[in-house]
Amino acid sequence: MISLIHGRRKLALALLILSVILITVILVSGYASMNKAMETDFSRKNQAPSLKYPFGTDWLGRDMFSRTLAGLSLSIRIGIVTAAFSSVVALILGALSAILGKAVDSFITWLIDLIMGVPHILLLILISFACGKGFWGLVTGIIFTHWMSLARVLRGEIMQLKQSGYVQVAQKLGVGRLQILTRHMLPHLFPQFIVGLVLLFPHAILHEASITFLGFGLPPEQPAIGIILSESMRYLVTGSWWLAVFPGILLVMVVVMFDYIGNTLRMLLDPSTYHE
Amino acid sequence: MKTGMKKSITFLAKNLIRLVLLLLCASILAFLLVSLSPVDPLQVNVGQAALGSLSREQIKKLETYWGVNDPPVKRYLAWAKDFIRGDMGVSLLYRQDVSSVIGQKLAHSLLLMGSAWLISGIVGFSLGIIAGANRGSFIDRIIRGYALLTASTPAFWIALLFLLIFAVWFRIFPIGLSVPIGVEEGFITLTDRLRHAILPAAVLSITGISNIVLHTREKMIDVMESEYVLFALARGENKRSVVFRHGLRNVLIPAITLQFASIGEIFGGSVLVEQVFSYPGLGQAAVSAGLGGDIPLLMGITVISTAIVFTGNFTANLLYGIIDPRIRRGAEK
Amino acid sequence: MDKTPVLEVCNLSVSFTQYARGLRKRNLQVISDLSVKLYGNEIVAVAGASGSGKSLLAHAILGILPYNARMEGNIYYQGEPLTHERIEQLRGKEISLIPQNVSYLDPLMKTGKQVRNGINDRTAREKTRAILSHFGLDPEIENLYPFELSGGMARRVLISTAVMAESKVIIADEPTPGLHMSAAKQVMKHFREFANKGAAVLLITHDLELAVEVADRVVVFYGGLTIEEAKSSDFQDVSRLRHPYTKALWHAMPKNGFRAAEGINPYVNAKLTGCNFVNICSSAREQCSGYIPYRKMNGGFVRCIREARNDT
Repeated sequence: MISLIHGRRKLALALLILSVILITVILVSGYASMNKAMETDFSRKNQAPSLKYPFGTDWLGRDMFSRTLAGLSLSIRIGIVTAAFSSVVALILGALSAILGKAVDSFITWLIDLIMGVPHILLLILISFACGKGFWGLVTGIIFTHWMSLARVLRGEIMQLKQSGYVQVAQKLGVGRLQILTRHMLPHLFPQFIVGLVLLFPHAILHEASITFLGFGLPPEQPAIGIILSESMRYLVTGSWWLAVFPGILLVMVVVMFDYIGNTLRMLLDPSTYHE
Repeated sequence: MKTGMKKSITFLAKNLIRLVLLLLCASILAFLLVSLSPVDPLQVNVGQAALGSLSREQIKKLETYWGVNDPPVKRYLAWAKDFIRGDMGVSLLYRQDVSSVIGQKLAHSLLLMGSAWLISGIVGFSLGIIAGANRGSFIDRIIRGYALLTASTPAFWIALLFLLIFAVWFRIFPIGLSVPIGVEEGFITLTDRLRHAILPAAVLSITGISNIVLHTREKMIDVMESEYVLFALARGENKRSVVFRHGLRNVLIPAITLQFASIGEIFGGSVLVEQVFSYPGLGQAAVSAGLGGDIPLLMGITVISTAIVFTGNFTANLLYGIIDPRIRRGAEK
Repeated sequence: MDKTPVLEVCNLSVSFTQYARGLRKRNLQVISDLSVKLYGNEIVAVAGASGSGKSLLAHAILGILPYNARMEGNIYYQGEPLTHERIEQLRGKEISLIPQNVSYLDPLMKTGKQVRNGINDRTAREKTRAILSHFGLDPEIENLYPFELSGGMARRVLISTAVMAESKVIIADEPTPGLHMSAAKQVMKHFREFANKGAAVLLITHDLELAVEVADRVVVFYGGLTIEEAKSSDFQDVSRLRHPYTKALWHAMPKNGFRAAEGINPYVNAKLTGCNFVNICSSAREQCSGYIPYRKMNGGFVRCIREARNDT
């Protein structure tokens, strides 16, 4: 057997690192320009994109470039946190479902079917409404509506692992269930967990933007991408196209990059599930 | 009774029970969530300033109207009892029966979602087949790239772009609503309705395509790598024949499941798209209900939309059982 | 025999590229330096352990190797090179494959239609009915779907597809999986019919006993390499066999003592050069790790550097 570091894979890894760097840049610079993003200055309002203001300015004279960066940074942060929590919920519920026996398994499976049976956005609206339509409603909503597929996958994996030789031996030796899970199974679940986690980011970000756009998430003072885009609607008719186009393009770029990172990780860590 | 018929009736009955249980649980979940809400409907819909100028009796009347003071279980049971009899309550925002509000909006939504469902299904299926049959080729990469791009783009932004390009810059299509403003009911033609639905439908189709393309492509690849395709090639069939004689038929069955399962996603997309185009469908009603605390309407929409999604999946299972000879003939044994 | 072989495979090698974890790419050499000649009116068996890659020989000849496979060597049909364009024209007609099991049939198409391979005119229909009844299958079979066929019916249907084509070369890939001898011999009768009518039959199997019983010549496949080609009559006397591995196989046959040799079958090419049997062979010497040519010996072929002696 010949081992080669294949050219194409090297390229993929390089692009992955580049994406991570870009995202970090956006994250940090957006956070840093929070204040600049909120500065209003009526003398420069409604300006089309120029060298000084590459994304133009809005009706309050705010620089759209820093606004967009700040908004993206916010979305990325929320996306990462909610995806992380959601994955942990998926791991816990998936594991419990696979280990604690038929009753628990049936209950959790029924819960998954129920949550997946109600249209996603509607559920997000309901949860947001339940939490008072603010930031916490947004976060809770996203966390509790994204864990299901990953939970199913992990549950399947753990059930398969349960049948494997070394697990059965450990059980016979009297090792506790929790120990078996953490010491023997988790290392095997790791690749799928990480890939699942990273692939949740783009979904979380898109849903956060959507819900905020509808008016259910962050308050209008925050420069969230959803807010930026929903407010831009009024001014599109009067010709300020830059208010919607640039923030959207950058949002798509960020989502595509996260997607790319997730899929490349899958290719590298778990080649059997990767369909080229 | 023939075994086949008996099995069909059992199948239908089982699914009916599943539907009822699902709707029950969904409504309980929804009700639980709305009861938890700290949102004061009075604040939202009447406004702080107005509240300040109302007398205590008037506030009390409003509170009873918005159902603020009853305990939750009592309220749920009352709601459920009425719902079963067909009375979905009265919409607090629209001041009409929830059933008639939903009825009107459902009609608009069906036009929108229906056309988007058809278009995204047909186009998505075709693109998926082409991509899967020509795996690795240039056209496959383009189709895949397009699907990935669309999947990464929020539906409401595509809607904004379309609004910008077609309604503001080129003025081909109207900016919003479902009918021309200021025109009397009797004078609204079918063409008017269609014109107003075109942009939202186009946007919804575009967003719905990506999932269908990617999944159809995967299924097509599975088929092209199957043993029976290998044997077909070994028997001298050329690729085109393989795709049409074996590929289409074998992908069709999972594709149908996919297509009906995408109904839920289309509904989600419609919520966003209707908002941008101010199209008066069910999605836009859900948003208004959520923002305004219109609980009866929210409950009604939850139940109806969950039922629609369930029906979609159920239809997929039904068709599967009819089309796939392995299930159809297997069942008769 | 001085006539031209109907099918000649020369120095065939098949390898795969596989992606492993991380950035590694592996190259798996599944078949190395396989040569065999097929003449009309005879059955040649290629016998090797299950999973050793023998099926790929069939796929290589028919031009249906997967996209990540690389093929080297030459194949000649009726004396002319079998280019990819040529095999695309000939497969299913002059050169046919009989696959292992029913999963090689389209699950959503009726059996009759599949046997006819898309030609639905009157002659084809009548021919199908005739062939199926020759195999003892009722006309109702034509309306069944593959999943409704029993194992035996499926086997006969698969063989019928080759009969429909009236091919000159028939490649049977593991036609008797898991069958015991008497049932297998029934199946093999059909292949003898093919050969008697003039076709060249290439039988790929893991069942050496069956190969010896039914074929005219046997090629032994071990570790990705052909290590011996013998007439089936050579197997009546172990001293006529040429390679130590073949002798070990002979001893392992139930009627010859059922003695197992040590070791396990190597997974594809565990070694890139040299003989894979070297760890177990009692006559192994230093040169066995180098390149060993496939050479003529006593009317057959062998890949071994021992002198032709009556050992073991």
